[in-house]
Amino acid sequence: MKDVISLGVLGGILTSMIRLATPFLYAAIGETFAQTSGVVNLGVDGIMLLSAYGAFYVALNTGNLWLALLTAAAIGLLMGLLMSFISVTLKAEQGISGIGLYMFGLGMSSLLFKITIGTVKTIDGFQPVRIPLLGDIPGIGPILFDHSLPVYGAFLLVPIAWWVLDKTTLGLKIKSVGQNPAAADSLGINVDRIRYFSVCLGAVLAGLAGASLSTALVDLFQDNLTAGQGFIAVALVYFGGWNPWGVMGGAFLFSIVNSIQLWMQVIGVKIPSDVAVMLPYLLTIAALMITVNRVRQPAALNKPFERGES
Amino acid sequence: MKPKIQDIKSQRIQHVEMRDIVKRFPGVLANSKVSFDVRAGEIHALLGENGAGKSTLMRQLYGLYQPDEGEIVIDGKPYVFRSPADAIRAGIGMIHQHFMLVPTLTVTQNVALGLRSSREPLLDLDKVTRRIQGLSEAYGLKVDPHAFVWQLSVGEQQRVEIMKALYRGASLIILDEPTAVLTPQEVKDLFATLRRMVQEGHSLVFISHKLHEVMDISDRVTVLRDGKVIGTRPTHKVTRGELVKMMVGRELKEPEPRSLKPGPAALKIEGLKTVGDRGTEALHGIYLEIHSGEILGLAGVSGNGQRELAECLAGMRKATAGRIAIGESDITTFTLNQRIDSGMAYIPEERMRDGAIREFSVEENIYLHDHSFAPYTHGIFLDFSQMASHAIDLVNEYALKTPSLDTPLKNLSGGNIQKLIMARELSRHPKALIAAQPTRGVDIGATEYIHQRLLAQREAGTAILLISEDLDEIRTLSDRIAIIYEGRIVGVVQRGQATIEQIGLMMAGVSMKEAMHG
Repeated sequence: MKDVISLGVLGGILTSMIRLATPFLYAAIGETFAQTSGVVNLGVDGIMLLSAYGAFYVALNTGNLWLALLTAAAIGLLMGLLMSFISVTLKAEQGISGIGLYMFGLGMSSLLFKITIGTVKTIDGFQPVRIPLLGDIPGIGPILFDHSLPVYGAFLLVPIAWWVLDKTTLGLKIKSVGQNPAAADSLGINVDRIRYFSVCLGAVLAGLAGASLSTALVDLFQDNLTAGQGFIAVALVYFGGWNPWGVMGGAFLFSIVNSIQLWMQVIGVKIPSDVAVMLPYLLTIAALMITVNRVRQPAALNKPFERGES
Repeated sequence: MKPKIQDIKSQRIQHVEMRDIVKRFPGVLANSKVSFDVRAGEIHALLGENGAGKSTLMRQLYGLYQPDEGEIVIDGKPYVFRSPADAIRAGIGMIHQHFMLVPTLTVTQNVALGLRSSREPLLDLDKVTRRIQGLSEAYGLKVDPHAFVWQLSVGEQQRVEIMKALYRGASLIILDEPTAVLTPQEVKDLFATLRRMVQEGHSLVFISHKLHEVMDISDRVTVLRDGKVIGTRPTHKVTRGELVKMMVGRELKEPEPRSLKPGPAALKIEGLKTVGDRGTEALHGIYLEIHSGEILGLAGVSGNGQRELAECLAGMRKATAGRIAIGESDITTFTLNQRIDSGMAYIPEERMRDGAIREFSVEENIYLHDHSFAPYTHGIFLDFSQMASHAIDLVNEYALKTPSLDTPLKNLSGGNIQKLIMARELSRHPKALIAAQPTRGVDIGATEYIHQRLLAQREAGTAILLISEDLDEIRTLSDRIAIIYEGRIVGVVQRGQATIEQIGLMMAGVSMKEAMHG
């Protein structure tokens, strides 16, 4: 074992950890907004799938990657509107409507893929952009500062999300409708509107998560491309205690195990690959068991709001 | 600074009128042609039993509901409030019975919530904090702007609510049962604040069903019954007796004085400790002995360990130390079922959560526990005819008002649900009964009935622990009164031995020695 864990491998593991964390960050930060406002959106994976397909289709046919991202965001927005209409306006059970949204995204993306593309093709996705100076730092430079733009975007999102939630009036409103919607309502805050906004913002980010996968990470689309990453993202929100920094910690933990698992296969460590692929998911379950922190959970999570009921 | 205050005073609302308000809910006429008015510098009490339509009326003034008929007129101009935002803009504030605060946020954040910041989209919490401190001084409202709301006592949370209304420039403030959860000392402080507000030209609506408070604080009083106005009187021209008659429509019976001597100790609690929901110790060693045929009243401000004690005795919360015994048998480690078999009965504080199942029928709720025993079973089958006949007996005996045995429990009134729970628990002829807040949210008629039942059970030799925040209830029913403060028993006094003030002092943590002699 000693000779395989070289500095090069370590660098490789860390570089792919950063890359692999990208879709989780978009999706989980988005879900943090939705859940902070009191809505659990379990449809994240479905949104990611349909958006990943949409972005890939546009990139394949136009070669315009920015148009691809825009398409993904638009698909996310539409699915977010659907989710909020069902769970906020119609007050349906959020878990069930989320699963419905997932099934829809999974089936629809497969169907459209078969009709419009058919076989697995690749595109020229976002290329790494080495940041001048920072990228030249020996050791960590190439690990941190030699990635594609969607990767940088994901990491920029973390402080922005924290800033919005903690420092702005909007963030205070989002937190209050998730903790005590009746209180927010009594102060003239439109609970439904804030929840619509938060769910849709989360869905747009889930759309970007899907696009980052198909246009920046693997540069292809296939059936069930996400393999449940959207569900892991939902779990990461709990793991991170509804705090963007905590969510980032969780994304790192998950993606480093994922990246170690990939490298073990590359350098030929003898474990069945199925077991290796399972590792990150097992880790998620274990991590959730240890870190459940109900005190910080939005008190009105999963509860539709109706005025006059207390 | 003097003229400035004058300016503000003249900008305040001078006269709010609600004219011929009608509000219907499915199957209920909540307000029927109700007219009500408040003037600047006045405290107008709105008195009535639960369900008389007081809160409904005020919720319409605050924009939470819209009246079906009638109009709201402020200083001669008609207004329509589609939401609380409209009402707030017109200068109306409301302090709800269940506080409308976000516990995970600080006081300042709660006050700033929903307001335009001076540097949108960023928050301007420093500015808000400074204004809170200013108002705090002006009105004698002690609040720490940086504290998290979950850290505050109930009295402090109420001050935050008042602060929220004042901060928003409310002229007229509606207080919905503001004293329900306060200690006598906190009530005094609240009343001082209210008087100060009135002097500053605010108008206040004081919703209550407590007569002595209404007599104490209000200038005028309007009595509501069954959604109708029974009358409006200047407070100094009306007596307590007249008000009771207006509220209830008849005279009330006071509980009889005592005769029976309590028997041997039936429920013994020794050094009981347990942990609360937040993981900190909630009971620090409780010692109590309740005799057969005795009612021991447990007085205290809510959140001092009463709920944990009740749950610990009923077996819903684990004791971390100490011992509980019924008669000679130690039940500390017993399961709920074993406790019930040993003669323990429990009327839980959260009756809809811990005491009954909303969707189940009246009959099913009566059998929640006893369905698996003879004579209600044939082998593994239920004997429905036996069950029905027993259920009918109980419904009749306890004067339960229900359309049928099959009616879902959620369609019954609070008082009738409580009667059902009592019927179920008492029909087992328990040796010990834990009655937690048995009359909270129950109307006066049912309250009276529940009191009679508790006294009858006392005569029958049950040891009763009565946990209540209503000092009048505790004083009229109990043989002895124990006072709990921060998870400890501060003192135990005999019936009639201590005044309300002395009990109130102990509820605020003053030692028995000091409270009784200091």
